[in-house]
Amino acid sequence: MYRSQQLALKYFIAAIALFGIMIVFGLLASAQYVHMGFLFQVLDFSITKTLHIDTMILWLLMGFMGCIYWFLPQELERDVEGIKLAEIMFYILCTAIATVAAVFIFVQYGGSNEFSMWFINQGRKYVEAPRWAAIGIVLVVLVFSYNIVATAIKAKKITGIMGVLMIDLVPLFALYLIAFPRITNMSVDLFWWWWLVHLWVEGTWEVLIGCIMALALMQLLGTARRIVETWLYIEVALVLGTGILGLGHHYFWIGTPEYWLAIGGLFSALEPLPLLGMVVHAVYDAGTHHMKTTNKPALYWMMAEAFGNFLGAGVFGFMMTLPQINLFSHGTQWTVSHGHFAFWGAYACGVLSVVYVALQKARGLEEMNGIRWKWSFGLLNFGMIGMVGALLISGIAQAFYERAIGGSTIQAFIDAQSNLWFLQGMNARLVFGVLFAIGYAVLVYDLLTIGGKHRTKQAAVLRPA
Amino acid sequence: MNHPAFWRAGAISSTAVMAVVLIFLTIDSLSAIQAGGRNVPDYSVINKAIGYQFDAKRAASVPIIGGEELLFGRKYSAAEADRLMDHGKLAIQSRACINCHTFFGNGAYYAPDLTKAWLDPVWKQMWMPMTQSATKEEAMVKFLMNPEKYPTWGRMMPNLKLTREDSEAIVAYLKWMSAIDTNGFPSGFKTTESK
Repeated sequence: MYRSQQLALKYFIAAIALFGIMIVFGLLASAQYVHMGFLFQVLDFSITKTLHIDTMILWLLMGFMGCIYWFLPQELERDVEGIKLAEIMFYILCTAIATVAAVFIFVQYGGSNEFSMWFINQGRKYVEAPRWAAIGIVLVVLVFSYNIVATAIKAKKITGIMGVLMIDLVPLFALYLIAFPRITNMSVDLFWWWWLVHLWVEGTWEVLIGCIMALALMQLLGTARRIVETWLYIEVALVLGTGILGLGHHYFWIGTPEYWLAIGGLFSALEPLPLLGMVVHAVYDAGTHHMKTTNKPALYWMMAEAFGNFLGAGVFGFMMTLPQINLFSHGTQWTVSHGHFAFWGAYACGVLSVVYVALQKARGLEEMNGIRWKWSFGLLNFGMIGMVGALLISGIAQAFYERAIGGSTIQAFIDAQSNLWFLQGMNARLVFGVLFAIGYAVLVYDLLTIGGKHRTKQAAVLRPA
Repeated sequence: MNHPAFWRAGAISSTAVMAVVLIFLTIDSLSAIQAGGRNVPDYSVINKAIGYQFDAKRAASVPIIGGEELLFGRKYSAAEADRLMDHGKLAIQSRACINCHTFFGNGAYYAPDLTKAWLDPVWKQMWMPMTQSATKEEAMVKFLMNPEKYPTWGRMMPNLKLTREDSEAIVAYLKWMSAIDTNGFPSGFKTTESK
């Protein structure tokens, strides 16, 4: 196995561990909706929710990095340049994450001063990490970028996928710099913050997962490079062609000019198109191979990624994106429903697919199958769909009673949160969350044990480390 | 069309065109949302009365800026208002308010949206008598400093150790925010201060 692939396995272990921590804090946060006063002034909702969301971002990011470190030496047929530095950065990143989490749990808040921004909590959704840790993330992304570019230069080989990946690294790095400044004006702050959140998640991340899925498809189904690269270009054209101005659907209500209602509405309505393309691509490829593969869990997770991305990000996003609907759905549990489904479908399933691809090689298994992965696949997806449905019911109740009827006052908020339909949805979300957590436990057990005694070390050795 | 190069050219050109359009729109939008721009008032608006009324022409509710209405019984100069807003935003970020509340609908959904919180009738109806305050802003400050003492329902706001200065700055910040033109969000907001 290449040294870079050994690093990839470490990234996958860290990512799956963070996935578990994300679930724990998600369950705590959802319990706080159901049991009033739960952990009040001990571990308040803002802390559990921050840890839930931030670990979600980080486990996916670490999962992506693991995927790239796994595929890169295979794609370029040589080990990764600067791998020693990459290994050091992995441990620095893990230490930084643990330190930030400890500060969030035990310190929680600082005073109204710059010290809090640098060392405790920046208080901006998704990018709460204090500035020192954000600098750490910048360094990690820089080393990651160096690894990819330097390896391609040394190998004197830039494939179509590598070209897309390398260009994608530029905005991936540059947009993160928005995590640093503290802007007094909330409208301006949110304007740039959406550049970071939307253009990262609905732009650079979509392209990144597109590259990863292209590499995985070639390995998993033996799809021809010409086909996956053509699809990758189509996806990039559609994702960025619709997604860049799709940014406008976040500019409806933050003080930005009225023309964003039309621009954001139109382009975000088009955003599901590339995701539909991915479904067509996945179904076509899997169909031509009659779903035959030596790695069933990886193929099923890849199919889940294609459908989940289209349904969760595409359909559920479109459902609430037109300004006429968004005026009422915006900022309710409806958004949470879409958010859960989209991140799960677009990214989490894709990372899990590659984890199984990597494990097959690492353990030298001729075939990946068994019963446990089916249980984890079923429980995780059933749990997620249940949560998404439950949150949608709560969200629609909130849109009706708080936004449409109540006019979004504080009392209207309280009335909607006390509404029976809303509460039923929140209770159901917790139940499905527990099912999801059980699915996660089965997943971890499967990842640790799949292959069992059939593992052969020889087959895992693609090249001596 | 069967050649990858065709689609590569499509990817590059569609991305480039959209990026250029976004840059032009960004330049215009930033000019509109600067404090004192087309949609966002200057920070000194905290010295004035603010309302929120339905505008039939725009088919949306819009902020109304009225005559002088002092905050905490004093008139803030432009420089003082700037400092107060900076302090308010710092207090909001350091306590991660956005991880329970929403601002313009952005944030977490555990606590009420704060876009028009300054205009909310609940301050006069509930918190002024509860905190035995003579003014709305005083009631807001007392609530922010000791929220656990003035609960309105089962889900309470934790004590975030906000000082008097922090709380006044946050109240001023919310007053300024309520004067921003948000294209009618939230819709049908029932304020007692619309006229």
